[in-house]
Amino acid sequence: MEKEKDKTIIDKIWDLFASVRTAVVIFALISLTSVVGTIIEQQADPEKNIKVLAKMFGLGHDAAHKVLDILDTLHFTDMYHSWWFLALLLLFAANLIICSIDRLPRIWKLVQEKIHPVPADYIEKMSINKSVTIKGKSAGIKEKITASMSSIGFKPAESAEGQAVQFYAEHGNYSRLGVYITHLSILIILAGAIIGIYFGYNAFLNLPEGETSSVAYRDRGVELPLGFELRCDNFEVEYYPNTEMPKVYKSWLVVLKNGQELMKKAIVVNDPLTFEGVTFYQSSFGMHPDGFGRGILILKASSKDGKAEQLNLKVGDKFTIPGTAVEGHVRDFSPALSFDENGKAFTFAEQMVNPAIYVDFSDKGVQKYSGWLLKRMPKTWALPDGNRVEFLDLWGVQYTGMQVRKDPGVFIVYLGCIIMAIGLYMTFFMSHRRVWIALTEEKDSVKVLIGASANKNRASLERKIEKMANAISAEHKGGK
Amino acid sequence: MTSSVFFGLATIAYIFAMILYIAYLAFRKRAVGVAATTITIAGFASQTLALLMRWAEFKEIGGMGWVRAVPLTNLYESLIFFVWCLILVYLVIEFRYKNRSFGAFITPVAALALAFIDLTGMSKNIQPLVPALQSNWLLVHVMMSFISYALFAVSFSTGLMYLIVRSEQRNEASYIFWTVTLGIFVATLAAMGLDFLTFKVAFMGKQELIRSYLFKASFRSESTAVVAASLAATAGLIFVIWRFGYLLKTIITSFNISAEMLDELTYKSIAIGFPIFTLGGLIFGAIWADQAWGKYWTWDPKETWSLITWFFYAFFLHIRLMRGWKGRKVAVVAVLGFIAVIFTYLGVNLLLSGLHAYGS
Repeated sequence: MEKEKDKTIIDKIWDLFASVRTAVVIFALISLTSVVGTIIEQQADPEKNIKVLAKMFGLGHDAAHKVLDILDTLHFTDMYHSWWFLALLLLFAANLIICSIDRLPRIWKLVQEKIHPVPADYIEKMSINKSVTIKGKSAGIKEKITASMSSIGFKPAESAEGQAVQFYAEHGNYSRLGVYITHLSILIILAGAIIGIYFGYNAFLNLPEGETSSVAYRDRGVELPLGFELRCDNFEVEYYPNTEMPKVYKSWLVVLKNGQELMKKAIVVNDPLTFEGVTFYQSSFGMHPDGFGRGILILKASSKDGKAEQLNLKVGDKFTIPGTAVEGHVRDFSPALSFDENGKAFTFAEQMVNPAIYVDFSDKGVQKYSGWLLKRMPKTWALPDGNRVEFLDLWGVQYTGMQVRKDPGVFIVYLGCIIMAIGLYMTFFMSHRRVWIALTEEKDSVKVLIGASANKNRASLERKIEKMANAISAEHKGGK
Repeated sequence: MTSSVFFGLATIAYIFAMILYIAYLAFRKRAVGVAATTITIAGFASQTLALLMRWAEFKEIGGMGWVRAVPLTNLYESLIFFVWCLILVYLVIEFRYKNRSFGAFITPVAALALAFIDLTGMSKNIQPLVPALQSNWLLVHVMMSFISYALFAVSFSTGLMYLIVRSEQRNEASYIFWTVTLGIFVATLAAMGLDFLTFKVAFMGKQELIRSYLFKASFRSESTAVVAASLAATAGLIFVIWRFGYLLKTIITSFNISAEMLDELTYKSIAIGFPIFTLGGLIFGAIWADQAWGKYWTWDPKETWSLITWFFYAFFLHIRLMRGWKGRKVAVVAVLGFIAVIFTYLGVNLLLSGLHAYGS
């Protein structure tokens, strides 16, 4: 008695999860809560969301603040990481599993069941059916039928029962499992995501040029050991010519272990570096908090007769152009130089958008000329006296900002994606097609009865059957 | 000659085609129908040429290969491509089903999209690609997304037509649903038209301002009277459509468009659009995000809304195939699904922020 009662409860729960209605309720709950999550900016500064709420609902600041507090208590400000959203996703998975288990055995049995001959009156009742009468003997017709069936992609089997001969074939039998493969792929993706959450991490690393780090940082600055060291040799922003539009963000990285260089790669957005399962993505950049003082100017000075030398300097340093008595004195540096209407130079940004140095040149102590040399404008590198000073870089003042990720689940997610693509293809672009052709010999003729069915895209099979029927009757006429 | 000339020609052609298709529905003159088709094909050819020219211009400016230079990098280009897909799908349907009447329902969507481009004053300049967009995934992800959007737009149109054909009584829920939907759709179109007229006069040359002026001549006006009048006009419009909606039914049915055919078209466009959307929009998007940002899924608004859209169409397919629901209930889901598509595509770009903010 007790057992019986238990079973009904389990059955009830089972039935509840196996129903499409439950699936719809879960779909709706995930969707509706997600909508809230797209309006309330996630993990954002509260003041930002208060503004959004105030604007959207016409609330005052205090009222909006109260609404946000309530939403915050319900975890809506970081809802995709909340226990209840995870619970919804797990419910979704449970629903998917139970729905599939509930229906799969029946479908599996159907799929296992091979096609077999059917009575002639069945064929006449099929959704696609044709009847052709061919005069003459049945000799040779069998071959024609087999040939015409294989021409539209079927491999027919033959059965004979007394005078009646029947050919039958099916195609895409397993396509009926496509739905379950798609469902399975969703579960695989969810599993991969969960593995990623529990065994992986997302962190960031701001690494100044020339520095080495053995850790990355999680939120709130928690250190995360990498298991190796990473050095940034250089960071560059390349711009589209004559614009402020960045074209490439590039960091030259070196992986080190015990002082040994194990890997070297220049990463750009869309092309990360992966070492021992940890991937570094180019994501941002910025200026070192210590400012320009720590930077090294890299110049290449060359005289008009071709003597050249690369120089590493500081702002304030002096240098000589090789083979001449021309001396340069680096007076000033600007990370983003521009000129106003009166031609006066000014710095318009703190980032290194348009770096420039101001250099005084003198020959044997006599002041000759001075001016700005711009990194992005090689024509400013040519000096009036024919000598040349190339401003190559101010190195060591920028850092490259990288997303650091370790996700052992990502391959499972990709596997799920591939399986999903296969499942969807089977579900939507393949169909289970069956064809029967029954031959009945009459007095001086053969009656060919064609019947076919498809669980999807019937029209296309119908056209093929039409073609086949025409081929069977036409060929025979031609042969007469 | 630049691509914009041919884009302009295509826009004009589609607007004329819309008028002709509607005239064809109303007067049923074969010559009008042929003219409508001819103009649509001419517009399509011109747009195709323009797309290729823009592609070449982009390749030139960006200095990169053909695959990366696909002109699908901002809202303007994506809308243009959406219209192109939509017209392509429509022409396929017209020739396969030998029926022109759908034109009157699909060309307005194209015209609405193009009007939207002019109204919002979005940038038409070719902008070099920012680093995040420099990926081969751009081509497949965006193209497949838009092909699926176009198919969903078709299912929206046929779903709405199905509801028009299948509703009998004015007090039926399905009748009220389609009249209200169509009413809001037409009112949106009219409001944009009003914005267009107002701002062409008042804000010539201040294109960047116009974006924040959408619906400012009607629903979002400073004056409460104008807002009230707009709302009243919308209500009035819905009432008129509700009152005389059966005329549309008479017109559609007189063109040999059966309810079954509409139902099949709605299903077919979703059955093709859904896998394309899943693969191109969601899966390829996730792979790209993984490469660019190191996270295949971040729940940013664009992703979340695509998931909601995906749920809608998954729901449609399940009730249709599993529960065997046919007819009006599924048509309503198809119509609502496309509203989710519009929000995924435009609403997120215009109203919400996120990583996908390339559209502005």
